[in-house]
Amino acid sequence: MAGVHTHIGAYHILHGVDLVVPKGQVTLLLGRNGAGKTTTLRTLMGLWAASQGSIRWNGQDITATDTASRARLGVGYVPESMAVFADLTVAENLLLAAHKASRMEDVDAQRLQWIKQLFPAVETFWHYPAGKLSGGQKQMVAVARAVIEPRELLVIDEPSKGLAPAIVANLLEALKEVKRQGTTILLVEQNLAFARRLGDQVAVMEDGRIVHAASQADFIADQAAQQRYLGLSL
Amino acid sequence: MSTSTTAPTAATPAVPPAPKRDWIPVLLMPALALLGLPFIADVPVWLTLTLAGLAMGMIIFIIASGLTLVFGLMDVLNFGHGVFIALGAFVATTVFALLGGWVKSPDALTQLAAVFAAMLAAMLLAGAIGLVFERLLVRPVYGLHLKQILITMGGMIIGEELIKVFWGAQQVPLEPPMILRGSLSIGDAGVETYRIFATVIGLLVFASLVWVLSRTKIGLLIRAGVENGEMVESLGYRIRRLFVAVFVAGSALAGLGGVLWGLYQQNVIPQIGSQVNILIFIVIIIGGLGSISGALIGALLVGLLANYAGFLAPKAALFSNIALMVIILVWRPGGLYPVAKR
Ligand SMILES: Nc1ncnc2c1ncn2[C@@H]1O[C@H](COP(=O)(O)OP(=O)(O)O)[C@@H](O)[C@H]1O
Ligand SMILES: [Mg+2]
Repeated sequence: MAGVHTHIGAYHILHGVDLVVPKGQVTLLLGRNGAGKTTTLRTLMGLWAASQGSIRWNGQDITATDTASRARLGVGYVPESMAVFADLTVAENLLLAAHKASRMEDVDAQRLQWIKQLFPAVETFWHYPAGKLSGGQKQMVAVARAVIEPRELLVIDEPSKGLAPAIVANLLEALKEVKRQGTTILLVEQNLAFARRLGDQVAVMEDGRIVHAASQADFIADQAAQQRYLGLSL
Repeated sequence: MSTSTTAPTAATPAVPPAPKRDWIPVLLMPALALLGLPFIADVPVWLTLTLAGLAMGMIIFIIASGLTLVFGLMDVLNFGHGVFIALGAFVATTVFALLGGWVKSPDALTQLAAVFAAMLAAMLLAGAIGLVFERLLVRPVYGLHLKQILITMGGMIIGEELIKVFWGAQQVPLEPPMILRGSLSIGDAGVETYRIFATVIGLLVFASLVWVLSRTKIGLLIRAGVENGEMVESLGYRIRRLFVAVFVAGSALAGLGGVLWGLYQQNVIPQIGSQVNILIFIVIIIGGLGSISGALIGALLVGLLANYAGFLAPKAALFSNIALMVIILVWRPGGLYPVAKR
C-alpha cells in the first residue's frame, strides 16, 4: 500500500498509509484503539475504497479491483467481528470459502484433514449452526474458513480478542502452521505476548498513518520506540 | 461422530446436543385455525374456509418468497413486485387463448398441459422483464430506500399502463379448465379441486426453494449474503450477481403466483398487482425479512385470517391482517424468524 487515504462518509480516516507486507513473512500491524488498523485492512480488501494512493499485489495495481476479485487473487480475510454465517453450519461456512468446490466432497480431503487437526472445534461442531458456537469456536471457524484452500495472504484482525488462554494457544499453533505452509500473514493484534511469537515485521499505526516500521527483532530491541508508540515495553 | 486425537483443551468440548429448532411460529397456524372455529361455529364451513385459506396462503407465499430474499440480500424495497403478478396472469390469458383447443380438450392431461404451458410462459416472461426492471430501475438506487420505494412504485404504474396497452383496461376472464373445476367433498365440507392444485404447486415451490437454499452452493451463498453480504464478497463472490439471479427468480415466481391467483379469481384486471402488493408486504414482515420459512408461515396465517374475516366481517378483512402483523411484531419485533443481520 502506498500513500493510501480512506474516507468513511465525511470522515477522513487514513492519511497516507504506506505498508509493505513481505512475502512469506508475518507482519504485525500494531497501534492503539482507533488508530486505523481495521480501516487499513478493510481498504486492503476493497470494503472501503481508497480515495487516494495505490494498492499493489505482486506488482499489479489492484486499487480499483473489487473485493471479490481481490479475494480470488488468494487473500483470506478474518474480520474483527469474526463474521461466521450464523445460520449456516460450520461445514457450510467452510464450503463457501472453497472456490473450487461446489459440494463438500469436492474439497481436498487432505486439506480438510489438516484443517480439522489444526482446529479441533471445526470437527466437533461440523454439522452445527455456527451462530450457536462460543466466541472462541467462532474464531476458529473464521480462521479455518479463510484457509480452507491454500491462500497466498491471510489477513486477520485481532483474532485473540476476548478469547480464553487455551484457545489463544490453539490459535497460535494453527497460525504458525499456516505460516509454515508458506502463507503470508498480515496480523492486527493488541495482545503482544501472543503476536510476538509469530511476527517477523512490525508496523505501528497512529492517527491513520504508519508511524514506525521495523523488523520485529529490531522493534523488540528498541525500548524507546515501544514506549513511544505503544506505551509499554516488551 | 469421531473424537479428536489432540489433547483436550477449551477448544475441544464434548460433542454438544443439536440445537433446538424454533417451532412456536409453526404452531401459530393450528392455533389460529382452532381460534377461528368457535367464531364460525359451523364445522363444514370452517373446514372449507380453512382449506381455502391455506390454498390462498400458498399462492401468496409463491409471490412473496422472491420478495423477501430480494430485501434480505440487498436491502432493496421493491414495491413494484406486484407488476409481475399482473404480467403472469395476463400472459396466462393469452396462452389460454392460443391453446383454446387444449383448455377445452376432453382429455384431462391436455387440459393440465395448457395450465403448465401458461405457468411456464408466465415465469419466463416475468423473469425476463424482471431482469430489465432490475437493470433499469433498481440498480441505480442500490442503498437508497426512499428512492427505491418511489422508483419501484413508478415502475409498477408504468407496468400497469403497459399491460393495459397490450391487454386492454378491462377485466379478462381466466377460467381454469374442467379438470380443475368442481370440488371434492370431505364429509359435509366441499373442497374446490383448484385449491388442492394450488396448494400442491405451492408445496412444490416451497420444497424446491428449501432444497436450493440448503443443499446447493448458490443457495448457501444467498443465505450467507442475506446475513452478511460484505463477508460473502470477502470470500470471493459478487453479491450483485447473486442478487440479480434472486431478483429474476423472484419475478418469475411472482409471475407463477399471478397465474395461480388469476385462475383462483377466474378473472384478471391490470390492478391485480397493486391489490396483492399490500398482502405480500404484510407476509414478509410477519415472517421476518429474508426468511423463506417465515414467509411461508406468514402467508398461511394471512390466507387463513383473510378467509375467516372475509366470512365473519368482510369489511375488516384487510384490517385483520394488519392487526395480525402488529400483534406479531409486538411479540417478535423482527418477525417470526428474524434473520440474524450483522
Ligand atoms: N464506519 C465508520 N464510520 C465512521 N468512523 C469510523 C468507522 N469505522 C471506524 N471509524 C473511525 O476510524 C478510526 C479508525 O478506526 P479503526 O480502523 O476501527 O481503528 P482500529 O482498528 O485501529 O482500532 C476511528 O477513529 C473510528 O472511530
Ligand atoms: Mg480494529
